[in-house]
Amino acid sequence: MENFFSRYRNSSILVLVLFAQVLGLAVQVKRTTETGGTRLIRVWVVNAITPLEKVLVNTSQAVRNVWRNYLYLRGVRHENRDLKEQIERLRVEQVRLSEDAAQARRLQALLEFKEQFISQTVAAQVIGSSGSDQSHVIYIDKGASDGIKPDMAVITPDGIVGKVLRVFHASSQVLLINDPSSGVGTILESSRLQGILQGTAAGETMLRYVMSDEKVATGERVLTSGGDRIFPKGLPVGAVQQANPGSDLFLNIRVKPAANLSRLEEVLVVTRILENTPPVAEPSAPVRAADILAERLPKVPQKPPTVAATGAAATSTAATKAPAGTAAISPATKPSTTAIAPSAAETQPSKPAAVQSQTTGTAATTQPAVAAPKPSTAGVTPVAGGAKPAAKPAGTTPPAGTAGAATAAAAKPAAAKPVVNKPAAGGEAQESKQVNSAGQPSRPAAPAPQTPPSEAVSR
Amino acid sequence: MTDVPIVRTSREEIEVYRFGPIASVLIPVLALLVQAFIPARFHAAAILDLPFLVTVFFAVTRRSQFAGMLTGAIIGLVQDALTHQAIGLYGIAKTVVGYGASSLGVKIDVENPGTRLLVTGGFYLVHQAVYFLVARNILGVAMEWLWARTLLAALLNGLAAIVLFAVLDRFKHST
Repeated sequence: MENFFSRYRNSSILVLVLFAQVLGLAVQVKRTTETGGTRLIRVWVVNAITPLEKVLVNTSQAVRNVWRNYLYLRGVRHENRDLKEQIERLRVEQVRLSEDAAQARRLQALLEFKEQFISQTVAAQVIGSSGSDQSHVIYIDKGASDGIKPDMAVITPDGIVGKVLRVFHASSQVLLINDPSSGVGTILESSRLQGILQGTAAGETMLRYVMSDEKVATGERVLTSGGDRIFPKGLPVGAVQQANPGSDLFLNIRVKPAANLSRLEEVLVVTRILENTPPVAEPSAPVRAADILAERLPKVPQKPPTVAATGAAATSTAATKAPAGTAAISPATKPSTTAIAPSAAETQPSKPAAVQSQTTGTAATTQPAVAAPKPSTAGVTPVAGGAKPAAKPAGTTPPAGTAGAATAAAAKPAAAKPVVNKPAAGGEAQESKQVNSAGQPSRPAAPAPQTPPSEAVSR
Repeated sequence: MTDVPIVRTSREEIEVYRFGPIASVLIPVLALLVQAFIPARFHAAAILDLPFLVTVFFAVTRRSQFAGMLTGAIIGLVQDALTHQAIGLYGIAKTVVGYGASSLGVKIDVENPGTRLLVTGGFYLVHQAVYFLVARNILGVAMEWLWARTLLAALLNGLAAIVLFAVLDRFKHST
């Protein structure tokens, strides 16, 4: 026997080493189902590797920053101009969307609908990965010391990335959505079909459990459904790349992720999600795209008020600057349109602007900011009839087309507003009453709620 | 008078090399670090398995089955710790590769680039097969064996081995 072991010493050791590792695997399988704890070797390795990775990342970023910010500035001026134009376009778009959102919130409030939105995020840098094709995980430089906990959603402004799987002291392991063991509750944007997004061994993302008799169009956007209780509802996931009937009852839908999972540098960890019933936005003095355009036009210099220029003339001068509803208001209320963007930033200072504009959930967070200027005009009840003379400016020559559109639009929404004004005798409004879309009276006009009743989902 | 070619047996074929303690530790650590760092930015780079290449290099150069399997086991277990899966999958696969590569290194010349390409490519297939079998049959992980991708990865790792081994040859010392 001794001769046997000395002869096959290395083979025996190989068998022993393999047996020990198989035994270790078996123990882990049992313990994972019971406790789900993190192995000590994993903690040691991650704590040893991640500081070195942080040094590598910081060094490479410093070099890149010096190059980009100080040396390679070609095209920056042109890019700056393009971005400014884009901001203007987005501002106009924002106004239009805020009107839609306000209407949606009113309807949601009627249904006692509870919405979720991202309340707090932590920006993190990607410092490493598993380095394996079989395990699609990344490591970020934020850990338990930064308030990160398991099962928190990880996103980028483009779309979702994954969820926090394991948390270490100064780093965390994030499971990407293209890993086979990942699963995300999703919904198709236009067809409203629900499914589960899963990864494949090849690193693709597939939408499962959509019945094969359903029609799914290529290019249709996929959003989070909120059903997994990890990702808030409405975050972009990706777009349908291919949809084929599968061998079973379900379609094989390949989804191209919205976030570039193969080149992640910075991500946001959603550390706090709020749930609340959307408050009814006060439907007075809507801000229109035309108002913003009118603000940007060259203004007619304001003449000093003369004794002769009273009544209609004074009204028309104000009307060329401010839309209906604010025409009769003092200049203090005039910049309500320009105050939208800054107040949105003030309301949610901790949230990155990119997320605010991208995610559905965060759109709701801008609601108080949009509603904020309204109380200032609430005291002065705009008279629908009072806006009409303003539509015909006397003595002003606005630029062709635009100003005319602005003034024409100024008169229009006043009639469309769901605020029923009852002008008292003498043309002064004494009482205003809100009605909902069904024509029933709703809550009286009140200042926009700054702190809506909310329920924090503790992570 | 006819010339008779002299057939020489290369001394190097059976020569055993060793590495300094710093190189023995730093080379695997660097391989693991680079393997974790680069695919985070260029995911396509994950097709190259640097820890695997280092395991094969140490095994065929040292020509010791015990050292080969031990190196493979340690590198594999550390690599496992960086994934989200159970620890031991890469450990088992690289233990087998370390043992097999060192056994082969005793018998054939592994200094030739062509041989290195074939040996590394072949052992990559063995590595993937062991990983697949263990993951599927012991852990019950739903995995697909992708022939095209695996063969391409074997070829690329073989080609990378030619370059990498030439660099790492500078750190070895003959005994």
